[in-house]
Amino acid sequence: MTIEKRSSAFEYAPAPESRSVVDIAPSYGLFIDGEFVEAADGKVFKSISPSTEEVLSEVAQAGTEDVDRAVKAARKAFGTWSALPGSERAKYLFRIARIVQERSRELAVLETLDNGKPIKETRDADLPLVAAHFFYYAGWADKLDHAGFGPAPKPLGVAGQVIPWNFPLLMLAWKIAPALATGNTVVLKPAETTPLSALFFADICRQAGLPKGVVNILPGYGDAGAALVAHPDVNKVAFTGSTAVGKEIARTVAGTKKKLTLELGGKGANIVFDDAPVDQAVEGIVNGIFFNQGQVCCAGSRLLVQESVQDELLDSLKRRLSTLRLGDPLDKNTDIGAINSAEQLARITALAERGEAEGAERWSPACELPSSGYWFAPTLFTNVTQAHTVARDEIFGPVLSVLTFRTPDEAVAKANNTQYGLSAGIWTEKGSRILAVANKLRAGVVWSNTFNKFDPTSPFGGYKESGFGREGGRHGLEAYLDV
Amino acid sequence: MSDRLSVFKTYKLYVGGKFPRSESGRVYEVSDSKGNWLANAPLSSRKDARDAVVAARKAFGGWSGATAYNRGQVLYRVAEMLEGRREQFVREVAEAEGLSKAKAAAVVDATVDRWVWYAGWTDKIAQVIGGANPVAGPYFNLSSPEPTGVVAVLAPQESSFLGLVSVVAPVIATGNTAVVIASEKAPLPALSLGEVLATSDVPGGVVNVLSGRTAEIAAPLAAHQDVNAIDLAGADEALAKELEIAAADNLKRVLRPQAVDYSETPGIDRMTAFLETKTVWHPTGSLGASGSSY
Amino acid sequence: MPTSPKFSASLEEGGAPTHALSDVTASDSTLRRFLHGLPGVDAVGLEARAASLGTRSIKTTAKAYAIDLAISMVDLTTLEGADTPGKVRALGAKAVHPDPTDRTTPTTAAVCVYPDMVAVAKEAVAGSGVKVASVATAFPAGRAALEVKLADVRDAVAAGADEIDMVIDRGAFLAGKYLKVYDEIVAVREACGDSARLKVIFETGELSTYDNIRRASWLGMLAGADFIKTSTGKVAVNATPANTLLMLEAVRDFRAQTGVQVGVKPAGGIRTTKDAIKFLVLVNETAGEDWLDNQWFRFGASSLLNDLLMQRQKLATGRYSGPDYVTVD
Repeated sequence: MTIEKRSSAFEYAPAPESRSVVDIAPSYGLFIDGEFVEAADGKVFKSISPSTEEVLSEVAQAGTEDVDRAVKAARKAFGTWSALPGSERAKYLFRIARIVQERSRELAVLETLDNGKPIKETRDADLPLVAAHFFYYAGWADKLDHAGFGPAPKPLGVAGQVIPWNFPLLMLAWKIAPALATGNTVVLKPAETTPLSALFFADICRQAGLPKGVVNILPGYGDAGAALVAHPDVNKVAFTGSTAVGKEIARTVAGTKKKLTLELGGKGANIVFDDAPVDQAVEGIVNGIFFNQGQVCCAGSRLLVQESVQDELLDSLKRRLSTLRLGDPLDKNTDIGAINSAEQLARITALAERGEAEGAERWSPACELPSSGYWFAPTLFTNVTQAHTVARDEIFGPVLSVLTFRTPDEAVAKANNTQYGLSAGIWTEKGSRILAVANKLRAGVVWSNTFNKFDPTSPFGGYKESGFGREGGRHGLEAYLDV
Repeated sequence: MSDRLSVFKTYKLYVGGKFPRSESGRVYEVSDSKGNWLANAPLSSRKDARDAVVAARKAFGGWSGATAYNRGQVLYRVAEMLEGRREQFVREVAEAEGLSKAKAAAVVDATVDRWVWYAGWTDKIAQVIGGANPVAGPYFNLSSPEPTGVVAVLAPQESSFLGLVSVVAPVIATGNTAVVIASEKAPLPALSLGEVLATSDVPGGVVNVLSGRTAEIAAPLAAHQDVNAIDLAGADEALAKELEIAAADNLKRVLRPQAVDYSETPGIDRMTAFLETKTVWHPTGSLGASGSSY
Repeated sequence: MPTSPKFSASLEEGGAPTHALSDVTASDSTLRRFLHGLPGVDAVGLEARAASLGTRSIKTTAKAYAIDLAISMVDLTTLEGADTPGKVRALGAKAVHPDPTDRTTPTTAAVCVYPDMVAVAKEAVAGSGVKVASVATAFPAGRAALEVKLADVRDAVAAGADEIDMVIDRGAFLAGKYLKVYDEIVAVREACGDSARLKVIFETGELSTYDNIRRASWLGMLAGADFIKTSTGKVAVNATPANTLLMLEAVRDFRAQTGVQVGVKPAGGIRTTKDAIKFLVLVNETAGEDWLDNQWFRFGASSLLNDLLMQRQKLATGRYSGPDYVTVD
């Protein structure tokens, strides 16, 4: 492993976002039927800040009995909620969107504390997208007749939703906004390492006057998620997370009438052709794999670069990586924050070590890691082939594997040579090549000359083992309608 | 004349555009609704299923890459060929399903019309379910449907011909390729359909027809890692659950069995069940406004 | 400050510089092939990167450093038909002592005037280290015969100009006559002699596309520009973060290929400290700290200086300043 030196005459002074905008209570309950309640068995767990390992709060831990209570509350609320005119449901969602906008700084700081991602991202990406998502689906609530699913499409009932820790509030928005717009009620389980923003969202539901039981939030571990998915009175299961768990869920709902959508892992190829706009491609590569510390299902974790420009591109990329600023996620100038948990850090570390052991060449820029918290330096692997573990397994961390190709056909073949099919990137100035390659890639989202762009109007979801169903856009309604 | 000994047809599988016997070398007896022997049908093995998947995968690139207009023409050609063999299918359907000749004729006519219906869909479905998304940024963003890949189809057990075509046509209209398990007790119309497809410009491997024990053939297909989706129309509740569990291994798209009146005009659900949505983002930039752009 | 030998191109007899890329200017067609072979620029991506760097938060000590650095990089400019010796003398005094109440304030890099005001300016800044830059070559349109342009340059140099800000022939550039543009820059470079550094103005607002700006940057550097400069300040669109970022990428890449370092000067439209700091962040994170020096980066500006001074006073005193506490010159 080689380390390159870094120095700058223009060191930016710390520019921390103020923590005082958010008031985290020492403890939180489950949010069931409009009330914060303790878990039936009284269990609690701690949510910590991954950048400091400081305990942020103690949160009630949902168990099977709580799942049942929450599903019952959601079932009870379903009749009235689904019978509301769409225009009324819409107004609730618009209220939520507005309150999210009003409280966005608070929520951004909270999310950064609980997740470890930089404030720059929560402030400029997560929170604006959360508000936009509610705003978008709010507008659908009274227009479902025109959505292309026939007249008066019906909601499914109670939606059981299990979301990951990488975009806690955004994934909540992706799940809850379309579910409510279409008239379903919701029981949502946030990830055990990032429960806080979902609990703040519960408070937003109260501020918005949302009827009791329409949204229920159950912080907890995998057992609570499994119980929710398996609950006989749940009509719809939506999950975002690992492919392994996704398969388990698919088995659980097999033979039932539950509608299922899964948004799972990926090993996205970012393909750089010799005629790429190089400087923008470098930005796209950096954004593709280091956005949110690479803990992104659609990350461009495989760089496929045309062999003829490999050296030049890697030089530029390395130079650019040397300017990345890793550290305090609350600092407004931080580019790379903390890894979400000790467990995830261990996984990234193990896979990176495996990459080295298998003979790939490892490189990181000079980068001092803080002494407490969970950190991993931006890492490049070169001399990687399709056979390397780091080219096949989803690492879910700031680790980029660099492979080369000679021709467009070879690029496509390598890009598609994975069990996943979530995302891909294409970098070339030749329009016809963009369209031809995009057409052949087996991936649900393709970014040409850009990467990691999201929008509530744009359907998102995978091919193959990256899952099925789409979130976002008109397509996203289908997952919550009986069609 | 009445003394002439008729020539029996040897029913064979239809795989990769060819008509092989089962790799197992085995057949099973097919009877009409009154229990009279009609023919022997190949009893497909898991290896036949494997071969059919290979053929379907091989055909996928060409078929999914064909223009939608071309696929429409090919499907319409199937209707034309079927119309020409109407009498044969009326007889086979009547025998298979115990229908009167008039009712069987109505079924065959409906089946021909179903091909016509789906022939017209090939170049319209993308416009109905795809489109541009007005994202909040300088990007052109387009969602288009794409075929899922190789689809295993358990044809309905009761509706041996109309039901069969009602589940196969939407799969291939959208550019998928299919491995079809014919109705277990009434496989003959399906096997004969293979002969029609072979003479209708449908490329070999786009539709592959297997006959035999549904549960036996379906199990390896549901677990097959190179099958992308499965239509469980012909499975009972227990089998459907078992297959859905197996299908989770590579997250196949699963269309669960449901009550369908095949005489009704279908919706688009059977097409959308086996379509993926691909969304592509293209930067647009602006012209002129900033003085330096593009 | 003399040019560091490591970064200077050697001059051939004809005045054209020699370096690793000398071959590309052998003919119109080789030059065209080279310029059109440069990697394309994706406008959305470029602007997104510039905007993203614009969100850097520069506080406290870093801000104090940046403000003084920015002041030291200002080419304090007056380019008006109504310029008089009195106006230019006042400008010179301001460049030397930007904040009369605080003598620790750095001087600006230069004053920038029309050729006929060079002598006045020279006198006004004498002994201060502040350079005198002069626009020449029939600024701002550049629509004159080459001989007229060269005479304009020689006149300014003879009057003591330390730096010449020339405009390229945008008409020739847009007509694809790259070698003509190149030859003209080489000729002007020669007319500058050893004493004056040459800034080449592209008028990016007229070149219109980012691809053109990248090509013009390389063309200018190949021809021996000491600085490449966005604009005259006389058209609708002048310096923007995006076009300056693009030019910073060009000088960075040019040095990597040739060993020759070239400076960058955004001009026009930069009016606030906040804007100036954003540009410094662009420099820091694109070309790097080697360019964080007024030898290699300048702001072509006039009103910017007072805002920098007010911000400087704010940092020193903790209270917001006002326009009555800075001079109007």
